[in-house]
Amino acid sequence: MAKILKQRNIISLLILIAIVFPFLTKNEYFIHVMTLSFIWMIGVYGLNLLAGYTGYLSLAHAGFFAIGAYSLGILTVKAEMNFWLAFLLSLLITGILGFLIGLIALRTKEHFFAIYTLCVGYIIYLVIDKWDSLTEGVRGLIGIPAPGKAGPINFEEPLSQYYLVLFFLLVTVLIVYRIIHSLSGRTYIAIRNSEDLALTIGISTMKNKLSVFVLSTIFAGLSGALYASFIRFIGPDIGQISVTFDLLTYLLVGGIGTLSGPIVGTVLIVWLSQELQFLQDYRMLIFGPVLTLLVIFYPRGIVGALTGWKHKRDEKRKPQAARASSMAFGKSQVTVDKPVKEG
Amino acid sequence: MFLETKGLTKRFGGNTAVNNVDFTVEQGKINAIIGPNGAGKSTFFNLISGFHPPTSGQVIFKGQDVTKMPANKIAELGVARTFQTTNLFEQSTVLDNVIVGHRLRTKSTLFDAIFRTGRLKTEEAICREKAMEVIEFTGLMHVMGKQVGSLSQEEKKRTAFALALATDPEIVFLDEPAAGINPDETEGLAELIKQIAKKGITVCLIEHKMKMIMKLADKIMVLNYGEKIAEGTPEQIQNNPTVIKAYLGGSAIA
Amino acid sequence: MEIFVQQMFNGLTIGSVYALVALGLTLVYGILHIPNFAHGALYMMGGYITLTMMTNFGLHYWLAILVSILAVGLIGVLMERLVFHPLRHAPPIHDKIAAIGILLFLEAFAQYVWGADYQTMPSPYDQVVHLFGLTFTMQRLLIIVFAIAVMILLYVFLKKTFIGATIIAMSQDREGANLVGINTNRTAMLTFLISGGLASIACSLAAPINLVFPGMGQLVILKAFVIIILGGMGSIPGAILGGYILGFSESLGATYISNDYKDIIAFVLLVIILSVKPTGLFAKGGH
Repeated sequence: MAKILKQRNIISLLILIAIVFPFLTKNEYFIHVMTLSFIWMIGVYGLNLLAGYTGYLSLAHAGFFAIGAYSLGILTVKAEMNFWLAFLLSLLITGILGFLIGLIALRTKEHFFAIYTLCVGYIIYLVIDKWDSLTEGVRGLIGIPAPGKAGPINFEEPLSQYYLVLFFLLVTVLIVYRIIHSLSGRTYIAIRNSEDLALTIGISTMKNKLSVFVLSTIFAGLSGALYASFIRFIGPDIGQISVTFDLLTYLLVGGIGTLSGPIVGTVLIVWLSQELQFLQDYRMLIFGPVLTLLVIFYPRGIVGALTGWKHKRDEKRKPQAARASSMAFGKSQVTVDKPVKEG
Repeated sequence: MFLETKGLTKRFGGNTAVNNVDFTVEQGKINAIIGPNGAGKSTFFNLISGFHPPTSGQVIFKGQDVTKMPANKIAELGVARTFQTTNLFEQSTVLDNVIVGHRLRTKSTLFDAIFRTGRLKTEEAICREKAMEVIEFTGLMHVMGKQVGSLSQEEKKRTAFALALATDPEIVFLDEPAAGINPDETEGLAELIKQIAKKGITVCLIEHKMKMIMKLADKIMVLNYGEKIAEGTPEQIQNNPTVIKAYLGGSAIA
Repeated sequence: MEIFVQQMFNGLTIGSVYALVALGLTLVYGILHIPNFAHGALYMMGGYITLTMMTNFGLHYWLAILVSILAVGLIGVLMERLVFHPLRHAPPIHDKIAAIGILLFLEAFAQYVWGADYQTMPSPYDQVVHLFGLTFTMQRLLIIVFAIAVMILLYVFLKKTFIGATIIAMSQDREGANLVGINTNRTAMLTFLISGGLASIACSLAAPINLVFPGMGQLVILKAFVIIILGGMGSIPGAILGGYILGFSESLGATYISNDYKDIIAFVLLVIILSVKPTGLFAKGGH
């Protein structure tokens, strides 16, 4: 119980820091960077749900990010649609395309899935790049409006945009938290663990994988739509495979298959990249090997390494108590206290 | 008939792994399939549980043709199975591994998960209760909170049993449940298998340990090179000349 | 008609390059079941090393290629030893991510050392030849002839030598190969050496008719994956055949469909193949 409270405390503390962050710094640039990190985090959570919890490494997520961004851009700039309607529609469009692509992609497994999605991602990029009449091709889409007014709140200011993006991030985290702590989450983890075993216990793997895939693409699309409305200019580059690799790096460093990994990894790398400005294009000189080394030595990233280390320490200290608490941990207190009547 | 196969055949390329097997499983009994290595026993299981489509022949469960059904649908009908290798999620606890076993009897969707509906909460409670029930039944209460990776081979087998039982099956197929387990523990597992049958769940198992099978099974089928060469009670099988020849001529009895 | 023949010739040229790259990829997949996403980076490194040897060290084209083959082969071996070997028992998602890490590193490395600019590689064979009504440069002819020669050599090596036979044996049955006393570690290293060498040859041959830049391997590796899925993952004849099929489809597609979208042909092909057969053409059963 104490442990759960602690975990909750940490999360509340993080949220609190995020809320007061703009008051701690007068530097608008920092707020800009932080907003951008929050946007990436949403995409990383999408990738985590699929790759981390279901075991399917999608390399097409930059493509879905771009679909979300371009849908919003085209609907607002070219069709001059109301911002929030366009926003909703762009999530819908990403989800529908995700559904159609997932329907076929998820028939493949492991390597084939990775290669398949790599190619799908490239096709999306190429279509955006070449379909001049719709996307303006290499010139990019200019003049995407900032989020429209929601009641009295205006989102033209960096500060209000910061809170808007934070709001969407918190919704994302809440959704992911609820999913992985539900029967659906257990189902996905069972699929990641062994698809054969999942089938024998009556899980329709295709249906479950498809719903994760669609949700995961919607998160990527949400991330893309927010990006478009924040940066206000998009080019085909955002759909490039290197963006998928960036997302993957954030996820891996933070911890794939962990709840807080996407936050930790993204904040760390985005800020590190800011600090290492001089590296700019060469940042992969460092992050590339980091990715490889992490997979060899700490496959579950920083968060995974920390929890693993803590788990070990706890077990050494008081084996009995640790066992009991690790049982309660990870599940809310739904029924543990119910006496077992059967048997 | 409870479960039967008619002329079940599976060919992989030029090899016939299972050839024209007619087999019936008797309800409430312990049925066993034995045979030398490579006799097609595991393939036979895979055909029944829907993992491989047979080349020809039929599988009929409670009067329903399930030959072309996907594995998860067959599981929903009440057919459970375990694998030779347990395939469990080693980094997770026994309880967490088993809870998902009852998922097929629940209906909550992603929507329920996101909005934490009442249905989800009830169904989670049901799954947990079911898991506790089968964990108690399989004698794993004392290790329920332990990571599966830290368990003994026998405890892992019991966990796999528990997972299969959590699906509320009418029949369980056990693929070499006692492989890699010492004689004392084998006794314990045999006792558990008896308990399962006593509960009214039909058992069908593949096993190499002859002593265990002869004591345990009500009915035995012998496969050799994919073909059924004998079927009957343990006594009948022990005295069957074809069976003796197949075993002596083939690989040794484990 | 003339255009058609000319395009067939171009297809043969591109197809030869694709086949060489795909061969390296399929060999590694056959032995270790790793889809080596970093293979395209090896290709790129091959181009840069040959170029540097020629321009900075004044080596002759052929000598430069030789140095490049050895250097890239060595990078391949290092990759196997330092990364893939430690990961051999890890879940399949790990070696893919590790390979991506290597890819990112090598691309950044190339950009750091050689800059992001597009560079041209001079070739001693840039004469224009007219033959049977076709017009082409010697370099293109050289690509075809040399690539085919390399493929024949590789075939002889795999089929007729003992060391080559160990590679084939291991790709068919790793456990079995271990049992009959094949040193699987050495075979894996050798395979990476050959794979890197092939990538280097492919790029060194193709670079004079293309350009050299850090991202030059990206598209090639994607296409090589399409090819080995087309030809069967791990299949050597499949990689060669698939390479030429894609080469022809692209050069004809560029002429008769759209030059803008010629790069998409490979991926559409792949999407169609995997949609119909999720385990690829000629899958060996199982997963």
